[in-house]
Formats: sequence, C-alpha cells, structure tokens
Amino acid sequence: MLLTFIIEAFFLLGSIGFIWGLRLLSSPDTARKGNIYAGVGMALAIIASLIMPFGENVPNNYTWIIVALLIGTVLGYYSAVKVAMTSMPQMVSVFNGLGGACAVVLGLADVIHYYDGTKVVDTLGFLTVLLTLLIGGVAFTGSIFAYAKLEDLVDDKKVTLPKHSLVNMIMLVGLILLGAYILIQGESIGMEAAIVFLIVSLIYGVSFVAPIGGADMPVVISLLNSFSGLSGAAAGILFDSQFMVVGGILVGASGTILTVMMCTAMNRSIWNVLIGGFGGSSAVGSAAVGGNVKEISLNDAAIQLYYSQSVIIVPGYGLAVAQAQKICKEIDDQLSANGVDVKYAIHPVAGRMPGHMNVLLAEADVPYPKLLDLDEANSALSSADVTIIIGANDVVNPAAENDPGSPIYGMPVLKVWNSKSVIVMKRSMRSGYAGIENPLFFHEKTKMLFGDAKEVLGKLSSEIKSL
Amino acid sequence: MENLYSFFLDNLLIIYLLAFTVILGFEIIAKVPTVLHTPLMSGSNAISGVVVIGAIILVRLTDPTDYLTLSLGFAGIILGMINAAGGFVVTDRMLEMFKKKKK
Repeated sequence: MLLTFIIEAFFLLGSIGFIWGLRLLSSPDTARKGNIYAGVGMALAIIASLIMPFGENVPNNYTWIIVALLIGTVLGYYSAVKVAMTSMPQMVSVFNGLGGACAVVLGLADVIHYYDGTKVVDTLGFLTVLLTLLIGGVAFTGSIFAYAKLEDLVDDKKVTLPKHSLVNMIMLVGLILLGAYILIQGESIGMEAAIVFLIVSLIYGVSFVAPIGGADMPVVISLLNSFSGLSGAAAGILFDSQFMVVGGILVGASGTILTVMMCTAMNRSIWNVLIGGFGGSSAVGSAAVGGNVKEISLNDAAIQLYYSQSVIIVPGYGLAVAQAQKICKEIDDQLSANGVDVKYAIHPVAGRMPGHMNVLLAEADVPYPKLLDLDEANSALSSADVTIIIGANDVVNPAAENDPGSPIYGMPVLKVWNSKSVIVMKRSMRSGYAGIENPLFFHEKTKMLFGDAKEVLGKLSSEIKSL
Repeated sequence: MENLYSFFLDNLLIIYLLAFTVILGFEIIAKVPTVLHTPLMSGSNAISGVVVIGAIILVRLTDPTDYLTLSLGFAGIILGMINAAGGFVVTDRMLEMFKKKKK
C-alpha cells in the first residue's frame, strides 16, 4: 500500500514537473530551471516505473532494462553534447523519430499479444493500438526522412512523384479503410493485416514529408513533433498510464501551436503546406520587376553604419549557412562601442525550425533583449537609420504587401523599406527559395553588397576598425 | 453504440484528464515567446520520451523466454531513453547560452 502510494505520487509529481517546467519556459530567465524541472519529472517517473509492484511472480528482467537505459542515456547524452547549434533542426528531427519508433514498438508488442491470445483487447482498445502504430510510424519515418532532407542527403525534386498529393491521399484513405477492416474482423484475420497496416503507415511517413522542403521545413518539424507527442499519449492509453498521457498531450499541444504559428508566419494554411510545393507552378511573379541595382562599396557601407544612430540587422538562413554569426556580433560590438544602437529583427521563419535564428545568435553571445520579433521589429524599423539584411530574402519582400499577384502576397514581412536606408548583403541576384523576384533590391533606398556573408562581414569589420 | 457509451463511462477519468491537459497545454505553451521556440521544441521533444515508461513496463511484464517481446522492449527503452536524455541535455545547453548573457 505504501509502495503504491509512493509510486503514484512520483508519477503525479512527474506530471506536475512537466507542466510547471513548460510554464517556466515562458521567460528566458526561468527557462533553464523549467527544463530541469521537466527532466526531474521524467527521472521520477522512470524510477517509479522500475519499482511499481505488479504482484509476486513478475519476471522484471531488470538486467535488460538497466542495460537498455544505460545505452540510451549514453547515446542521448553524447549526441546532445556534440551537436552544433546549426544542426539543431536535424537533432530534433532524429529525436522525434526515435520517440515515434518507441511508440511503434509498444504498439507492435500489443499486436503480437493480441493475436497470440495472451492479451485481451476490446475494439476501442485495438483502435488505440492502430492509432499508436499510425501516428508513431509517421513520426518515425517522416522525421528520419526530414533529417535526410535537412542534411541535404536527398534532393527535394527527385523524391516528389507526379501527382504526389493524390498518391498521399490514396494511401491515407487506404489506411483508414484497412484499419476499419481490421477492427471489424477482430482476431479472426490474423496478424498479417496489422503488419501491412504498420508498413503502409511507415511508407506514408516518408511519402508525406517527401514533397515538402526548403522554407516549409519549420512547419514539418513542428508537425512531426506534435505527432511524436500524440503517439506517446496513445501508447499511454494502452499502458493505462496517466503520466504518459499527460506528457504526450503536452507535446502534442506544443507541436500543434508551433505548426499553426509557422503557417501564420507564412500566410499559408496547413493544408496548403501539406499538399503543394511552393516553388512549383504557383510561383509566377506577376508584376515585372526592373530598375537599377545600386552597389555600395565596403568603405561607404562602413562609414554609413559607423556614424548612424540606430542599425537593425536582419539575419536570414544565409547567415547561418555561412557560419557568420560570430563576425556579425563583432560588427555589432564595434558599432555599439561608437554609441550606435544595434538591434536584430527576427522573422518567425528565419532559420529552419521555429526560433532557430534566436538560438544561433544566442550562441554568438548576442543578448536576447537585442532580438526583436516581427511586431517589435516593424515598429523599430521606421525609425532606424540603416537596415542591413544578411542572407534573407523572402521575409523582406515588399511584394508581400503591395503585389496581389505575388505568391507570397499577404505573408507578414519585415518592412525594412521604412527605414532610412537599406543595405542588402547577398551572394548574387538569385531569387530566394520561393523563386520570387524581390523588388526591394531595386528600391531607391537599397544598396547591394555582393559576396559570401562571412567574407564580406569580415572585410566590413576591418573597414570599420580602420575608421 | 452501447459499446461506446460504456467505454465513455468506464474511462471517464482519463477523458477528463485528456480534455484538461489539452486546454492546459495550449494555455501554457501559447505564452512561450518566439525567442524560446527552439528550446521549447527540443524540451517538449524530451518529454515525448515518456514512451520509455511504457517500454520499461512492457519488459518487466514479459516472460524471460519470450525473446521477441524482450528485444522489442529493449529496443524501445533505448529509443525512448535517447529521446528523453538527449532532449533534456541539449535543451539545457541551449538555455545556458540564453542565461549567461543577461546583464
């Protein structure tokens, strides 16, 4: 009795640890403590699951469990310590996939025991088993495939079939019908049907991620995050564990919220992201953009930045690709030393997962009060002397505001053209991921600075030093 | 239909739990600022490692001669534990960077 009490109390405390931990994540000052609370919650639950009493003749198999726990902890710890901050999206994808895979394993064990008669499951219980297999399976293969995409191991165009959305639709309908058939037939049809169901779910995971890429990656990662949580919650129902249900649902909620936020930031519906590629047929810019592109010399740029009152930096993924965060921060320091007010304007979809750019800048020691979100940035931009855009394109495209024919029309953007002058740092005149012309480059206030972000920033920094 | 009614009545508590957790989850997480979205994601990712609890229980209840289930559970514990341990550690690494810059 006492033991049961202690164990249930541990699970309860664990759930509270999760909830309180996530609550503390709402401020950078308390966030670290929040993560630790959640971690302690998990540790308590693992201890409880190890000692919870199941009766006299339970095999326990502690050797298996302890060895597996150790292997998992070492592998997890090692990869977490090693990973570079730029690879965070890949890391999160892999972890999502592993969580999904674990849920699949739990579902599979239930399938085996259901069909060999060692476990009795009613129809609704078996529906939960199928949901665990489906959601966990999609989270598993989808995440691993998303990882491959982020690492550039696969080419987006090569893995997209003609009429891909139709193929996905057929697969999903097929899964629903097969699931219904399995539930109606019960034990009589044997295990094969359930295995087919799992295999199709795993294929569907790959197929569903295949056509989505590039700028849409933050949406996919958020969605898969939500799936891995929901598969955990479904497995929680299988094991009658309130703790697993609470944890899984919290993750599901967080993934869902981030998915919606990312979609809003791109002014697209979730359906639109899942069904259609961005760079394909829809990307025909309507109004022809033309005009003169004005270049600026490094020396002029240095002078302009050094003697202004306020500078706003708009970092895009190009900055991260060039690994130019540190040198960017150096210029920030040089300017700040001269009394220039330097801020960073961060678009919600800058980087390859939600909030990615903030982490990259934090790693380069940029204090977080200097980072402005979309709304703050847009009010600050109108009073800025110079806005410098480093490796960003679509998120500063005025066509989103004033060209109803543009595919990104209506997407909330950083209104950099409201500042007194704009310097765009860019490798070439190539258009952004979406393949859309950017009239900003031809704007009267805009001057261009061509070259690799890291190289140009380095030269700019030495120019400023010599002033 | 009878089946559904009795399922609802039998599982009333867990249904309450589901409903309240969904609402609570949305309320808490909507308050997390953009700056912290990546740590939120990796932290919640770690929480989705709760599946490891299921895997532990599975192995504890498995007959020691049932090697198929034992291997499944063994793999499950490793997968879930990488997810949980790695997730919390990497989130801590990120949040440390946010913290030390506070002036």
